[in-house]
Amino acid sequence: MRWLQSKVVLILGILVLVYTFVPISVVVVMSFNKLPSEQSKIYRFNQFTLDNWLHPCTDPSMCQALGRSIEIGLLATLGATILGTLAAFALVRHSFVGRSSTNVLIFLPMAAPEIVMGSSLLALFVSAGFAGQLGFTTILIAHIMFCLSFVIVTVRSRLAGLSDTLEQAAMDLYATPQQTFWKVTFPLVFPGILGAALLSFSLSFDDFIITNLNAGNTTTFPMYVWGVSRKTIPMQINVVGTVMLIVSVLIVVGGEVRNRRRTRALAGPSPARRDSVVAAAGARSSAGGLEAV
Amino acid sequence: MSHLAEDTTTVAAAEGTPGAGLGLRALTKQFANFTAVDSLDLDVPTGSFFALLGPSGCGKTTTLRMVAGLETPTSGTIHLAGKDITHQKPYRRPVNTVFQNYALFPHLDIFENVAFGPRRRKVAGIDAEVHRMLELVELTSQTRKVPAQLSGGQQQRVALARALINKPEVLLLDEPLGALDLKLRRQMQIELKRIQTEVGITFIHVTHDQEEAMTMADTIAVMNAGVIEQMGAPDDLYENPRTTFVANFLGQSNLIDGTIRSRDGDMTRVDMHGIMVSVPRERTHATDSRGWVGIRPEKVLIGEEGEALDAPGNTIPGGVISDVSFVGVSTQYLVRMPWGQELQVFEQNTGRRRIFRTGDRVELSWRPEYAFVLDHAQDASAGSQIDDE
Repeated sequence: MRWLQSKVVLILGILVLVYTFVPISVVVVMSFNKLPSEQSKIYRFNQFTLDNWLHPCTDPSMCQALGRSIEIGLLATLGATILGTLAAFALVRHSFVGRSSTNVLIFLPMAAPEIVMGSSLLALFVSAGFAGQLGFTTILIAHIMFCLSFVIVTVRSRLAGLSDTLEQAAMDLYATPQQTFWKVTFPLVFPGILGAALLSFSLSFDDFIITNLNAGNTTTFPMYVWGVSRKTIPMQINVVGTVMLIVSVLIVVGGEVRNRRRTRALAGPSPARRDSVVAAAGARSSAGGLEAV
Repeated sequence: MSHLAEDTTTVAAAEGTPGAGLGLRALTKQFANFTAVDSLDLDVPTGSFFALLGPSGCGKTTTLRMVAGLETPTSGTIHLAGKDITHQKPYRRPVNTVFQNYALFPHLDIFENVAFGPRRRKVAGIDAEVHRMLELVELTSQTRKVPAQLSGGQQQRVALARALINKPEVLLLDEPLGALDLKLRRQMQIELKRIQTEVGITFIHVTHDQEEAMTMADTIAVMNAGVIEQMGAPDDLYENPRTTFVANFLGQSNLIDGTIRSRDGDMTRVDMHGIMVSVPRERTHATDSRGWVGIRPEKVLIGEEGEALDAPGNTIPGGVISDVSFVGVSTQYLVRMPWGQELQVFEQNTGRRRIFRTGDRVELSWRPEYAFVLDHAQDASAGSQIDDE
């Protein structure tokens, strides 16, 4: 009894970890599974195989959907990061009429339920004459739109924490406005931008509701998974899931290692905070990857 | 206040050759609802250690930022080494700043922080120059650390090296020692003075700490409400203040209401609540018939009632000790005078005289050449509350 009392926290901790990791481990285990037959609807471990890893594109439509999702994710990330970073600079560094209301409106896309956003986007596209042409472009526009808020909020908080005396110091030390931006402002804001980009990619990659409403005949990876989940699920989906898991873990661990090395070197709190943004975004993308599977 | 500003112009013009050094003419900065700097005229001779001293909000930092180019003047001009730099971009001015919180670049190491200016100007031989600079501030062993790894005093020295390496015409220091603790501040005061003597660059030092200004600067300009109250050498400002603000802000002063009876020869005779005292003419800064007779607490002699004090001059009888604080090297008395005012008296504890107790009847005296007379229109308490933040 005393033994149990002293270990109760430890046991609870282990149980929580088990609770978290069991679903993830199922994905990894299933990626090595061989189904009894092509049409089998029984989803349980049958026999060990490396086939799924060696031939991931047995169903070409899966790889096509995956490629499309990655493509949309990268483009949406690029667009949202550039636009969002510029907007964040404007919101922090310049005062203009409507700035404070803009600061509030930014949160709207994050707060609105996805189904509302998705249907209103659909209504917009249809009334703008996109009916029948829904597809890659409309998905991309929608993704950039909902990623934008996240980018602005992330970069803005990073920028707001950056005192403008550093930029004044740079100017005082003969840096032109361009040099000041590239030598001082950008390197200091970069961790925020990187975090925002990772977040954007994971949001775009695993979005289903908004995408489904605005996709037309185009199929993204989450839509493919949803589609096949009612028929036979190809085990290769688990391969994709495992790869994404590994990538996410690498990002998080990499950020953490760098972070630790820095804190050990200087015991200063600010660089630690800088990397935690990246780590958090990495964790988000790992969660995103698994959600898709 | 405007006549005071004009007054300082003549003082300023007398010092340093116009054209050389830094010159401000009618420099004004207005913000939405107040005037931070009001038609300021100032000349800082080349190679001097100049302090702009004043309480927070007096416009000293705004003045500094206008010289650095980080703030645009509403009107007026700034000349440096004969050239008009009023509207020159900050990165084109031969002026560098040591910022209040150092503003070191957190993503660059110490070496790169110091090399930042020379790299922008594409100077040759940067490595040797950076090492020479780091030697000057005694930080050669820290070159590859980042600013967060250094102590406050070390960061301060990096900021100094980063500015000095550019060999500016003028180095601006914005409350550079404000973030350091007292002991380190004393140490850095000596260090700064040594470095200034070594490099010979004009230093303009903004501070609210009168002791700091007096320790380091050759010339101090006392600033209040956007104008310069008085400018001069530290001892000159202290011994012969021209305004009540300077009298109270630099050290402490007893200011006693008086009526000027005559101005004959070198002496002004002032009736101070029925007691006639003399003050030298060149120390009389009041123009009308009324004035504040000023005397520093440590210049007041205190003695037993009826004792003939060794001071050929002004004797004021009828004082009663109302408070005694013993501070070791000296004793500070508050003496209530017959007209109700309490005067401060600092007495060195030489052991020559007993320490008085509260209620003792005493006589005060001071040598006429230590007293001064200030304009009665000025507030007798101006500057007295603000010197310690």
